[in-house]
This record gives sequence, C-alpha cells and structure tokens, in this order.
Amino acid sequence: MKTKTNVQQDISNLLAFTAAPPGAVDRLHRRLEEAAAGAGILDVAYTTIDTPIGTLLLAATERGLLRVAFETEGLDLVLDGLGRKFSPRILRSPKRLDPVAFEIDEYFARRRTAFDLALDFSLSSGFRLAVQKYLPQIAYGTTDSYKHVAALVGNPKAIRAVGTACATNPLPLVVPCHRVLRTNGELGGYLGGLAVKSALLKLEGAS
Amino acid sequence: MKVPFERVVAEHSATVLRVCRAVVGRHDADDAWSETFLAAMRTYPELPSSANVEAWLVTIAHRKAIDMIRKQRRIVSSMAIDTSSTVASPSSKNHELWNALQSLPDKQRHAVAYHYLGGLPYLEVAKILGGTPEASRRAAADGIRNLRKTYHDMEIQETSR
Repeated sequence: MKTKTNVQQDISNLLAFTAAPPGAVDRLHRRLEEAAAGAGILDVAYTTIDTPIGTLLLAATERGLLRVAFETEGLDLVLDGLGRKFSPRILRSPKRLDPVAFEIDEYFARRRTAFDLALDFSLSSGFRLAVQKYLPQIAYGTTDSYKHVAALVGNPKAIRAVGTACATNPLPLVVPCHRVLRTNGELGGYLGGLAVKSALLKLEGAS
Repeated sequence: MKVPFERVVAEHSATVLRVCRAVVGRHDADDAWSETFLAAMRTYPELPSSANVEAWLVTIAHRKAIDMIRKQRRIVSSMAIDTSSTVASPSSKNHELWNALQSLPDKQRHAVAYHYLGGLPYLEVAKILGGTPEASRRAAADGIRNLRKTYHDMEIQETSR
C-alpha cells in the first residue's frame, strides 16, 4: 500500500541523495589548499602541532613564518586577529609549515639550538620590531635582561618597552623572548605562561 | 568583522558541494566546488562583512555551473547516448533520481537546489535566477512536483515487478 508522499519526504530524499560522499569534503579542502597556493592567494597557511608544552598554532605567509601561538591564547582568537591585521585569506594548510614543524620537533628533542627559518615580521613595527629582530642573537642556553636588551637596541631607558616587545612577540619560541628575564633573575612575564617559560629555559639548560 | 576564510570553508563546504552535485551532477561536482571556492577566496577580502556568505557562494557556484553545463552539453551532443546500460540493480533507483534531477528544466533544478539544498530564501534565489521571488518559488515547487512524479513512476514499476 502506498501512502501519499509529501513535500517534506521529497526534500529529505533529495538531501539524502545529494549528500557529500565520505571523505569528499577533506579531499576538496586539500585540493583548494593547493590551488590557492598555486594561484598566490593563500595569504596565510596554518596548522597546529603537539609539543611537550602543549598545542602550538603555526601560521606562515609566502615570505615566512608569521605567527606562533600558544593554545592558551585561544586559537580561534589568534586566527581572527590574523584575519583582521593581515589578511582573511587564511586556510588550514599544513604543507607550508612542514619545515617549521620539523625544526620545532628537533628543538624539543634537543637536537636543534637555533632556528633556520624564513620569518615574516609583518605583524610588528617600530621599536618592538627592533627588539624582536635582536632577540635571536641571545644564544640557546643563555639569558639576558630586559634592561640589557634595551641598552643593546639603543634605548637604555626603554626597559618597559622591551617588556612589551617581548609580550607582543608574534613568534615566541622561534624568536626567543623566553630568554629575557628581569635583572634580578626573576622570570618576568610570558605570553604562554610562566610555567612554559621556565620549561623552555630548563630544556635549554639555562635555569 | 571578516572571519578567516578557513571558517567559511568549514561552514559552507558540504552545503555548496550538495548544491553543485544537484546542479552539475556527481561527476563534475568536485570541479564546480573547487572553482567556486577558489574564485570566492580570490575576492573574499572585498566582500562586505554584512553580506550573506551562503548566498554569495551559491551565486558563484551558479555561474561556474552554467559554464560547466554549457561545456557538458557540447560534449554530450557530439556523442551517441547509450541507454542500454540502465540495468536494474539496487542502486538503479538512486541512478534514476539523479537522472530525474538532471533532466529537470534548468530553472526548476536551480530553484530546487538553491532553495531546498542551499537553504536560500526565495528573495536570494530570485537574485541569482532573475525574475521575482514568486517565480522562483513556483519554479522550485514545479521542480519538486516533477521529481515526485519520477519517484512515483519508479515505485509503481518496482511494485509491479
């Protein structure tokens, strides 16, 4: 016996048989990543990696690494910020971050003491940029003070501004703001939290 | 505020694929989807933040689909169509549904896809297809009626088998 089909039934039939087959959405996403990168419109590619200090978000432009973010910053908020400050043409696309993920793995395995990566400092400017560009010169396993860094970048009175430059470092870990402490040896501050800062110093054998 | 494009893809990917499958068919849907999202990503920074993102994507998909359908028809008209391959298998009912959807007049198929599968209100459907929202509503209703006729015919065939 046939009951009369209603429009709702027709719609659900339609929805059932036009539904995406399993795996289609992921496959198409990968295809979009490649096409966008090939067309030069993948302004920001990002991925997340698991490390001993938690999940990190890595984001890169065509020019280099743009942002390293800690999970505690809220990864969606970080991406929103990149969309606002840099470009909303952002895709999860791990491929561009492969070399970065590789070097960070080596760093945590104590097989790497310096990063050899192209960096994109587009998110920084002025005095902060000068400080952040200087920081990689503080060697692995050593520390420096906010005060000394201020003097080295040519503005000995700008101790607080050095603190701000470290706190707003878009590339923590790779640009080692964790190696900057107070003159009295106290940790100061850290975007990823003080526990992470001391864990990194311990890993490097500096504490 | 403009959300990262990744979130646009995550939110609308499956729906746009569904619309593409309905409009250009299963075999060309992936290409239509890819061209749609690539074109969308290209112009995304200029999209007003107040825009209806789903309607914007479906509008792009519609243009891509029209291009593809034109190409398909050029290819099909140059080939002899083989109808002897319609075998009665468990998937043949699904196959028939696809054929029914593909053989709807364009305007009906588009109206059904954009309203019922894409979830756009008739006001937005009419902006894509031209004409009034009422005409789009009628096209969608006619499309559903024609599809239902196909299901019904198939059910009769199956019960009389």
